[in-house]
This record gives sequence, structure tokens and C-alpha cells, in this order.
Amino acid sequence: MAKRIGIEVSLAVAEAVKLADTDVIAAYPITPQTHIVEHLSELVADGSLDAAYIPVESEHSAMSSCLGSSAAGARTFTATSSQGLALMNEMIYIAPVLRTPIVLAIANRALSAPINIWNDHSDIMSVRDAGWICLFAENGQESLDLTLISFRVAEDPKVSLPVSLNLDGFTLSHFIEPIEIPDKETVDKFLPPFVPCFKLDIKAPMSLGLLGGPEYYTESRKATDDALLASKTVIKKAFAEFNDVFGRQYNVVESYQAKDAETIVLAMGSISETAMTAVDELRAQGKKVGIVRLRLWRPLPIEEIVEAVGHAKNLAVIDRHLVLGAPYGPVGLEMMSVFYSASQKPNISNFVLGLGGRDVTRDDFKYIFDRAAAQQGQTRYEIVGVLE
Amino acid sequence: MKKPIDALVKVGDLPLGLCGAPGSTVAFKTGDWRSVRPVLDKEKCIYCGFCYYYCPDGVYQDMAPEKYYKADLDYCKGCGICAHECPKKAITMTLEEV
Repeated sequence: MAKRIGIEVSLAVAEAVKLADTDVIAAYPITPQTHIVEHLSELVADGSLDAAYIPVESEHSAMSSCLGSSAAGARTFTATSSQGLALMNEMIYIAPVLRTPIVLAIANRALSAPINIWNDHSDIMSVRDAGWICLFAENGQESLDLTLISFRVAEDPKVSLPVSLNLDGFTLSHFIEPIEIPDKETVDKFLPPFVPCFKLDIKAPMSLGLLGGPEYYTESRKATDDALLASKTVIKKAFAEFNDVFGRQYNVVESYQAKDAETIVLAMGSISETAMTAVDELRAQGKKVGIVRLRLWRPLPIEEIVEAVGHAKNLAVIDRHLVLGAPYGPVGLEMMSVFYSASQKPNISNFVLGLGGRDVTRDDFKYIFDRAAAQQGQTRYEIVGVLE
Repeated sequence: MKKPIDALVKVGDLPLGLCGAPGSTVAFKTGDWRSVRPVLDKEKCIYCGFCYYYCPDGVYQDMAPEKYYKADLDYCKGCGICAHECPKKAITMTLEEV
């Protein structure tokens, strides 16, 4: 029977990795991700998870080990944050093209400098182009559920791609929330054992990680992009089947009060819960506002985004990462490109907030709703709450 | 005018994960990277095997009955280590003429 208990979100993610019968965990601790792999090392040490736990000397080695173990046919998990993800960068770009279905939990944290351990999305945005499927969790239950879904999607033979599950550092990773921990039998109904599409086997040798010169490189990258784009169908199917088994329906794009909204805020991750409270308060005043949240960031679910926000008069896009030297943040830029050729499009503006753990409040969203409706033709991002 | 495409395999025909049969680099002839080639003076050669052991690419073959070592020019990149290590100075790096 599923049990609803109070548990730290990091530990719930680790419990999901255990329920998934993960074979190999190669990880290096880094705040705020540490509790995930620390709990996994305990689960392996006390025998409740029969997995190989590789305590590597760096994140570069963590992802290298994961590439090897996944290619050898083992269900593979790792987790990191910020500088750790930056140190993985070289290997991060290899996993999608080699089609190794690794699951990586990222407790999102700001990149240095200045040194900052708190939450924003600069770490994942630094590898957004690498070819990983990127999911963003909003709360603790979703973090656990998406961990199971990540394995299911990554290992689907039609996909065979790595998945990064993004959960906001501290805001999610260190909070104790009421979370339903499913029982093993139910998880087994949803998540079949990993059957790799190919694997390193000394009895049937093959080469992996080959050179791809000018005659092959372009086609290799395009093939990976095709696979990433095609994964959306499998992700949606996995969400539907998760609902069949667990009774919780997820969508690649979520809407809250957005259907008749004139002004919509588009956000990712846990701050959309704060935004929803702001929407409730503004709706009570008769203002037509709503929230759209991207659960899926890569592949970018363009059709679903257009359907969710295309009717709005104003679209305020939230970024939790500042792209230095560019006019807009990464999400802002992409929303503008999504609507660039549309005949009917919202008035799009881009707001950057919550950098390096700065608090994001309901009042910030109320300001954004007002500002997005009042201004036309914004030419550069606006940072909400910058002292200058 | 449309640019001719240099690709060797179509996007859809690439194997998943780009995995391939082992030893596939044998077909990748790297000899044309070379600007100088090792030329052996068999009169000076004492069949010591230094060239064979020092070659970083393992291109030297043991020609046992004739007692010398022969560089496989399909793969020799012309680094000159064999010539440098040869105790009898029997190997000369000679410019490749086009």
C-alpha cells in the first residue's frame, strides 16, 4: 500500500530511485543535492537497495561512470547541482548522442561567481542545448513521481536518451513535504526492467564513442535532435500511463486559470506555486490573470505552449537565469521565437527574478502581471527587484 | 547553386548510439596525414626491434625471415620517433612528394 508520509523531498527522490531498482549510482556530493546521494549510499550500505554505489572523485568521473554503466545495460542514476553540473559538462554532451538513458536529478543552484549555493536555474540552462530531456518539478510529490517517469521515458526503446529531472535547490530539495511513497508492486506495474537497445558485452564486442569526422558529425547531431523531438510523444504517453497506475495526471504544459486570462505568466519549477496564490488573489479582485507552467523544457513543447498561451493579450515570461550580453533570458528568448512567425501573438515581455536564491513573493507576481499588461514592445529583459 | 553534400551516411541510417563493429578504425587510413616517411637502410639495420617497440601507433611489422621491420604506410603518420631511436641511424625521414 502507498504511504503518505512527511519526508524531505531529496529523500523521496532517493526512495524513488530505490523503488526503480536502480543498478548503478555514481555520484559526488554537492549542496543542495547531497541529501539525495547520501540517502542512496545509506540504502545501498544497509542492503535495502541492491546497487553498485560508486563514490567517484569528481562530477566529471560521475558522469563518465554513468556513461559506462548505462552502456553496459545497467539502470543508472546520478545527481548534482551548479558547479557539479558545470564540471560534468564535457560528459553531459556525450550521453544523448551515445543514447545512454541515464537519469540525472539536478537540485538547481546558481553558478558561481559570486559563490552562491542557493536556487536559480543557471546550472541547467548552461547545458540546455546538450540533448537531454529536461523536466521541471513543482513540488515534492512531483519530484518523486517524475523520478519514476524519468526512468520510464529514458529507457523507452523509442527514446533511449538521458533525462534530467530539475528540482529547485533548497525550495524543494530541503523541504519536508507530505509525499505519497508508492509500494513496490505498483511501481513495477509502471516501470518495467531496463532492456537496453544495445550494450557493451565482452561476448559480443562492439565499439561505442567512435570518431565522427566532417562526413558524419552533422548527421549524428541531427539524428539525436530527431530522437529528442520524437520523445515528446513517449513522454505524454508515460504521463497518461502514470495516471492509469497512480491516479496523478501530469502534462507537458500545465495551466492554471489561463483559459480566459488576458495576462499569463509562464514559469518553470516551484515558484509557480507562489504565482498561483498571486493569481487567486488577483482573480478575487476581478483581474483576468493566469499561470502556465512548463513541466517539459526539452524538447520544447511548442504546440502545447501555443495552445496554452496563444490566446492571451499579454505573456510575461519568467527567467531564473540571466543571459549576460543578450536581450532576454533563455525562456524569454524561446517564447519570442515560438511566436515570431505567428499571425496572432501575445505581447511578450521577459522578467528575470529569483537569482541566487533571492526570495520570490506573491507581490513580485502582482507587479509582473500589472507591468506585462501596461507595457508594449519590451526590448530587453527586466530584473524584478534589482537594487541599482 | 546547391552545395554538394559530403556526408557518408543518412541521418536515419546511423546506428543507435553510433555504435559500430569493433576494430572499425582499421578502415580509417591515417597515412595521408604524413609529411615525411621513414625509409630504412637494410644494410645498416641490425634487427634490434627499437622501431617496432617505440612506434606509438604500432605500424611496424616483424618481417622475421628477412630480419627487419617494415612500417605500414597506410597508418604511419611520420612522427619520426623510429628514426630518432634507431641505434644504427638506419632510418631516414624522407619528405613525401606530392
